Amino acid sequence: MPSYILKRLLSAIPTIFVIISLAFFLIRAAPGGPFDTDRALPPEVEANLNAKYHLDDPLVVQYGRYLWDVLRGDLGPSFQYRDFTVNELIASGFPVSLRLGLSAVLLAMVIGGAAGIIAALRQNTATDYGVMSFAMLGISIPNFVVAPLLIMIFAVNLGWLPAGGWNDGAFKNTILPIVSLALLQVAFVARIARGAMIEVLRSNYIRTARAKGLPGWQIILKHGIKPAMLPVVSYLGPAAAAVITGSVVIEQIYGIPGLGRHFVQGALNRDYTLVMGVVIFYGFLIIAFNLLVDIIYAWLDPKVRYS
Amino acid sequence: MKKTAHTFRHSISGTSSLGRIISALLIVALGSIPFTAAAKPPAGVKLAEEQVIHRGNGAEADSLDPQISESTNASNIQRDLFESLVSEAPDGRLIPGVAKNWDISEDRRQYTFHLRENAKWSNGDPVTAHDFVFSWRRLVDPATGSRYSMMIAPVTNAEAVIAGEMPPESLAVAALDDHTFQVNLDAPTPYFLSMLTHSSVYPVHPPSVQKFGRDFTRPGNLISNGAYVLDEWRVQSHIKLVRNPQYWDNENTTIDEAYYYVTEDMNAEVLRYRAGGLDMTQENLPVSMLDWIRENLPEELVISPWLGIYYYGFNMTQPPFKDNPKLRKALSMSIDREIITDKVLDNGVIPAYGFVPPGVLDYEGYEYPWKDMSREERLAEARRLYREAGYSEENPLRVELRYNTEQNHKKIALAIAAMWKQNLGVLTEIINQEWKVFLNVRAEKRITQAFRIGWIGDYNDAYTFLELGLSNNGQNDTGYADPSYDKLLKDSFNTGSVEERAAMLRQAEEQFLGSYGVAPIYYYVTSRLIKPYVGGYQSNIMNHHYTKNLYIKAH
Repeated sequence: MPSYILKRLLSAIPTIFVIISLAFFLIRAAPGGPFDTDRALPPEVEANLNAKYHLDDPLVVQYGRYLWDVLRGDLGPSFQYRDFTVNELIASGFPVSLRLGLSAVLLAMVIGGAAGIIAALRQNTATDYGVMSFAMLGISIPNFVVAPLLIMIFAVNLGWLPAGGWNDGAFKNTILPIVSLALLQVAFVARIARGAMIEVLRSNYIRTARAKGLPGWQIILKHGIKPAMLPVVSYLGPAAAAVITGSVVIEQIYGIPGLGRHFVQGALNRDYTLVMGVVIFYGFLIIAFNLLVDIIYAWLDPKVRYS
Repeated sequence: MKKTAHTFRHSISGTSSLGRIISALLIVALGSIPFTAAAKPPAGVKLAEEQVIHRGNGAEADSLDPQISESTNASNIQRDLFESLVSEAPDGRLIPGVAKNWDISEDRRQYTFHLRENAKWSNGDPVTAHDFVFSWRRLVDPATGSRYSMMIAPVTNAEAVIAGEMPPESLAVAALDDHTFQVNLDAPTPYFLSMLTHSSVYPVHPPSVQKFGRDFTRPGNLISNGAYVLDEWRVQSHIKLVRNPQYWDNENTTIDEAYYYVTEDMNAEVLRYRAGGLDMTQENLPVSMLDWIRENLPEELVISPWLGIYYYGFNMTQPPFKDNPKLRKALSMSIDREIITDKVLDNGVIPAYGFVPPGVLDYEGYEYPWKDMSREERLAEARRLYREAGYSEENPLRVELRYNTEQNHKKIALAIAAMWKQNLGVLTEIINQEWKVFLNVRAEKRITQAFRIGWIGDYNDAYTFLELGLSNNGQNDTGYADPSYDKLLKDSFNTGSVEERAAMLRQAEEQFLGSYGVAPIYYYVTSRLIKPYVGGYQSNIMNHHYTKNLYIKAH
């Protein structure tokens, strides 16, 4: 196993290199630069800015310098938030996104997983249809609808929770964003878990267990849940990476200082360094989570062995 | 206007325009009116025990460094943190700031500011003329990389320093002694004092800039000279300011703590306001919510004129608009502006028949005389011009109309395309582009035909709008170039009286509008929600609202 992990980590290096290179040239290929606004800059002012940020060097030189900086862990200064470096922005945004994302994923695992399994056990009953309708609803309603709706109900009308703001992560401020973020995942996980569970229930070893006369709940708990979670885990790996790097929509609506909007705002602002910083960071996370998923897989499914 | 009842909470300015001219003249001529900047709440007002204000502020500030930042989101906060030589009263009038008064030389090219002896930085250091010299040099120093360095281009040698031809020390500013700051200008610049309210000329504290470099704007590092100091900065969440006990006018300041929240989503901001998380919103309310707000929160809605113009430009360097003033005029005249403002947007914006927004200091703008024609007369004239320009039903104009991707721009473009079709038979192709792509295409003047532009003035003077028509102006995306116009604007710097200058600028505006390179559509307004317990708020055309002028009433 350790040698397998090492191999995977080594193979990630060229992947990351390709990501960096693509991001570097693609963002620069987009029309417009970081300093373009509707107040056109006088040429000499623009020259000063380009000189300050080394944007007047040949592209290859810029690329070389950037690679060297990234190797040393320096993602450079942000062009848009000019008082901060990209490292600082990621360091301040990531813990927020991580906390929201992990909570949402956990919620999705527990609620979605349980709902899916219950639906599978009560297949084609009212419970099953109820759970599946709810899941369908969760998947089809976009979060830019759900989030304002939740604010309307719980903040404006009932006054139980704040309508937005982060307030340094006070529990009350995190509830609505986590629920909004989790809703889609709950729905997906419920559907996947149900499907997997139904398949497991039909498998030979469950039939064998039944034939041996084991009680129903013991069959489910001991032999059913673990294999039924396999597809859920493989779904959650990339989903978790996506969720913990933040959601633009949720962050904008709730005013949350996460990483998500740096992707979109950074690209719109042509904040080269910020976009590349979050892309590289995201790349690392995806690779790490995929590896994690494979390891969990091996633990869940005895048929899987890595060498 | 059916909403007048709650449209203007206060009139733009308490004084008549004559009164404004006189008071402006007094400030310019004497520069020594000894009233204080912050307003104490009127007697009899019962104040809340907790003087804390929560303000929505739109996008995150791009920087708190006065010489670096360029966004209005940043300058809203900087106005509380820093104080310039001059300041502004709640209604937008210029009042003394760090400078208690100033002398202007006979030729109006030399300004000598006398600084208050009791002006202090938040660490207790005195604010001196040397600090201003340091900050202004820093603004033009190429190494700083300021986007707004051209703000002080009227100062002698500024442009040469920015271009790297002269060292920053050659900028014509000087500290005659600790409390006397002198500036020499290339030409009399009538808007020079108005310009000094801009954040780029705020002073910074030299020792902390030198010590911390880029990090000098962090909480704990930032030494400021305004009514407030920076206490917390949570990027993308909020900025918290607390009262600066060292501020010279601290005793007239009421609010102890001010929070500025990042509120990028306008709809969500209104919900936050309604749930009690905000005391006032930023300056734009979503059009889709206005009807509800008018119905349910009429007392808290404040709509007031803003220093900005929304217009369409015609590319005068390419067909079909090149050398075709009749076509441009026909298109402009066939836009029903009232339909855009009252039906399409219905958010209080004002139909525009001129270029300089109403309410600009010491200026009465020009307006198209056809404003007063009946709709039928106006359209008949437009059709005549359209035909004379060589187009007809059989041979309709095909034109591309570009705008940057945004819901309201799209609505307006669709409405205007429909008007052109209906009124003239023009076939318009509507093209939307991502902001930065749009900016590039517009500035290149190669493929654009008709396009959308918006402009918010930098300072309260007609020049900040009229300079857009200068042939060498970077924002001149229509390609309008008229040497007589350039000369007129240049000459306006050397006129003697306020009235004479206003007349020249008005003539320039008439000339610019008469070319029909632009089709003005509406003047911007600010629309915001303010809780009834926030006192001291007054609308002003600059949309500058210093926290030190506000107070929280008991509620």
